[in-house]
Amino acid sequence: MKLDEFFVTGEPLIYAGMVSIVLVSSAVIFLLTYFKRWGWLWREWLTTVDHKKIGIMYILSALAMLFRGGMDALMMRVQLAFPDMNFLNAQHYDEIFTTHGTVMIIFMAMPFLIGLMNIIVPLQIGARDFAFPFVNALSFWSFFFGAMLFNISFVIGGSPDAGWTSYTPLAGAAMSPGPGQNFYLMGLQLSGIGTLATGINLMVTILKMRAPGMKMFQMPIFTWSTLVTCFIIVFAFPILTVALALMTIDRIFGAQFFTLTGEGLPMMWANLFWMWGHPEVYIVILPAFGIFSEVIATFARKRLFGYNAMVWSMILIAGLSFLVWVHHFFTMGAGAFVNSVFSVSTMLIAVPTGVKIFNWLATLYKSKIEFTTPMMWALAFIPSFVIGGVTGVMLGMAAADYQFHNSYFLIAHFHYVLIAGTVFACFAGLEYWYPKMFGHKLNERFGKLSFWLFVIGFHVTFFPQYFVGLDGMPRRVFTIIPEWMPLNVISTVGAFGMGLGFAVFCYNIYYSYRNSKREETGDSWNGRTLEWATPTPVPFYNFATVPHVDKYDAFLAMKEKGETTYDEDKLEPIHMPSYTGKPIIMMAILAFASFALVFEWITLAVIGLIGTLIMMVIRSFDYDEGYHVEVEEIKRIERKARRL
Amino acid sequence: MKHKQQHWRRWLALLPLSLVFLLSGCSELTVLDPKGPVGQSQKDLIVFSLWFMLGIVVVVFALFTFMVIKYRNRPGRDDKDYDPDLHGNTAIEIVWTVIPLIIVIILSVPTVTTLFDLEKPPEGSQDKEPLVIYATSADWKWFFSYPEQGIETVNYLHIPTDRAIEFRLSSADSMAALWIPRLGGQKYNMAGMENTLYLEADEPGVYDGRNSNFNGEGFTEQTFKVHAESENAFKEWVEKTKKEAPKLTQKKYNELLDPGLSKKLTFSNTHLAWVDHGTNQDRDYAIELHRDAYQELLHLDNERKDDKEHE
Repeated sequence: MKLDEFFVTGEPLIYAGMVSIVLVSSAVIFLLTYFKRWGWLWREWLTTVDHKKIGIMYILSALAMLFRGGMDALMMRVQLAFPDMNFLNAQHYDEIFTTHGTVMIIFMAMPFLIGLMNIIVPLQIGARDFAFPFVNALSFWSFFFGAMLFNISFVIGGSPDAGWTSYTPLAGAAMSPGPGQNFYLMGLQLSGIGTLATGINLMVTILKMRAPGMKMFQMPIFTWSTLVTCFIIVFAFPILTVALALMTIDRIFGAQFFTLTGEGLPMMWANLFWMWGHPEVYIVILPAFGIFSEVIATFARKRLFGYNAMVWSMILIAGLSFLVWVHHFFTMGAGAFVNSVFSVSTMLIAVPTGVKIFNWLATLYKSKIEFTTPMMWALAFIPSFVIGGVTGVMLGMAAADYQFHNSYFLIAHFHYVLIAGTVFACFAGLEYWYPKMFGHKLNERFGKLSFWLFVIGFHVTFFPQYFVGLDGMPRRVFTIIPEWMPLNVISTVGAFGMGLGFAVFCYNIYYSYRNSKREETGDSWNGRTLEWATPTPVPFYNFATVPHVDKYDAFLAMKEKGETTYDEDKLEPIHMPSYTGKPIIMMAILAFASFALVFEWITLAVIGLIGTLIMMVIRSFDYDEGYHVEVEEIKRIERKARRL
Repeated sequence: MKHKQQHWRRWLALLPLSLVFLLSGCSELTVLDPKGPVGQSQKDLIVFSLWFMLGIVVVVFALFTFMVIKYRNRPGRDDKDYDPDLHGNTAIEIVWTVIPLIIVIILSVPTVTTLFDLEKPPEGSQDKEPLVIYATSADWKWFFSYPEQGIETVNYLHIPTDRAIEFRLSSADSMAALWIPRLGGQKYNMAGMENTLYLEADEPGVYDGRNSNFNGEGFTEQTFKVHAESENAFKEWVEKTKKEAPKLTQKKYNELLDPGLSKKLTFSNTHLAWVDHGTNQDRDYAIELHRDAYQELLHLDNERKDDKEHE
């Protein structure tokens, strides 16, 4: 392979991307060297098994991916507002909407939520870490390397260009030659390992490591949403793993699972993809529901209305999410009966979702609403999500869907649910738990500015798209007819509003780091759940003494009784896991193997796989049982943290 | 204080605005201004559902606005209507579960009946046999074969009005979808299998049709015009075409299958004589011929696309 085939050539935008990658990496390397921080980086972060640090790394990566996916979105919007400028040609546009979709779902939404789960769930249930801290680190690094592998494609080898759904036969070896589609397959496969492992890990953590006395129906609602999500992950992700593996074998080793030749079944891909893909949508929306429930209860200063109904509706949604995948391709011609069944099952999801909306509204009833920034995100979510929800029901009506399918009506719908649901929740959750993570709040003025820019920008961007969709504009076109121009220009203006909102949000992180008042207690918002019972910053073992829980809103009950998570009489040595570099090394080697497989360098891939196996063997002979934190040490840390 | 008021005012403002948008703009939107019975039945279903959706939106927005204004924490508010331990009310929870369930049932009935209706030629024109047209997608062009008339067109379509058209959809290679929004909804074109889509025009005119399912670099340009005309005008066009258009040879057809764009073409026979991509034995016909053609890009941009018209 020649060098000019290895690197992507000929696109000024991509050259600019290469230059900025080189500049940013050099700057990072320079700063780490200049401030002598390499050792600190390795000891404190790269080898950590602490769920809080891993969570922060997840969120930082997700924010970087939000930037990447957002830049993709802005480039598409520029192209559609000024098609005559030839900003992007057809091929480049195809690559950009493919990476936009994949990055936002797989490398932004999920890791962001998993990051928040990482930090908050153990704190909410009174646990000291995950059930399997080593596996948690492994999960993060598999996600991280998977994301890097996918992201590097636009400068090395070429981006995938078959859409984030990658339907066969288009995505097969014949019609999508070259490494682009392999980047998609290997990037998703690698990060999928991490997601599946996290699903199992969190499930075990929640089922087995709750504080003494805490019954299932006393768990905080965010923990419940995480548990339900984990079940979806564990049942859905293996389908993706298998589908990706089959397509990889097709493309690299010449099998014919999804090809037109050799009696392959190209349409089987669409089925397998959406059997994972639809539950995937709920993987990113249920935790969002959990975050909104926590935020609304906290700032309405009122107990969550209909807790049991909230939990059961999530379980119902999770169950239904596996029974609706055909609604993504009603137009495949499965016949009126099949489409009727899936139409009804799809519309049924609106019932438990509606119950949740009404429960949030009822939580506001007879409350005292405080308009903090996280609460603003949660409040903006309700009406925005309802618009996305009702148009979802319209799409679920299969006979009407023949007209909506593949149009901007669909684009508007899923951005309304995924942005108003997931993205608003990511912002709400991050700002809500920010003081717990970093020891200071985010500035409210900048927070509200970014909120208004983003929310207004969001509606300006996507509301017109319902109409341009009804006017017959299909998705994924790189140029448009004059009739669709005005609404597209409005959309583009809105998109830049969202971009500005995100920029203000990022500036706010810097501004607040410099200027915000440091937290003095652990209870920044007068919280209701156990994560606020820990001091801020949270000691690495979380709880000096684990409280006994016998009520919902456990910390509220503790505050009434005057209890804390530090009872000197009950202190015992705490058993903690040791930090280890094995997860990052193992996953780096697997990433190397994946990279080799992308370019179909089989020898190198085999070497990488053998390396990974060797790392697994080394790990299985690892007798490090962790260490104990002595009582005196705990006393010292807690007295300092609690200013006793 | 100020931002709190802005917050609910925005939502209040959005509500009438969206209604104005809906009522004024919708009559001109393609999907809501259909030119045939299939599109009409889908429009009716959409408008029927839209009323329920608007009702739900109005109720939720009203409740939301009420809660956010009434229960905001303002200075001097006493604890009279503050009930922090209120945690449920079975009766009201049953109400807001059952009402959405009823709405879903109400929406399901016309959805299911329309679904079954769409599998048959539209009522009203059932005295005439549907006109059969094989619509075959090939990267990135459309072949329309009229087996009864013995003619074939590329990238444009003539149909008679007030007669059902029975499209037999298939693809030579990647999956596509035939969508003529003015006439009705889409269905997929897939290699090795055949889908049937009934459409009908009841007004003469030229309508936009296209592939709506992304299938690679030339996707955006995979469009065609539908010329709907009276039965007599259609017959004239058929006669003229049969007399004047050249024959399509298998060699020429194989060249046309090469991935790329094509200008409009007309032939006085159909490719169905030697290949029907909708059958399982012909599913790999095009890909075996042009397996290596996808290595080269078209380098299609907004200027290149105009070539299609000029050629």
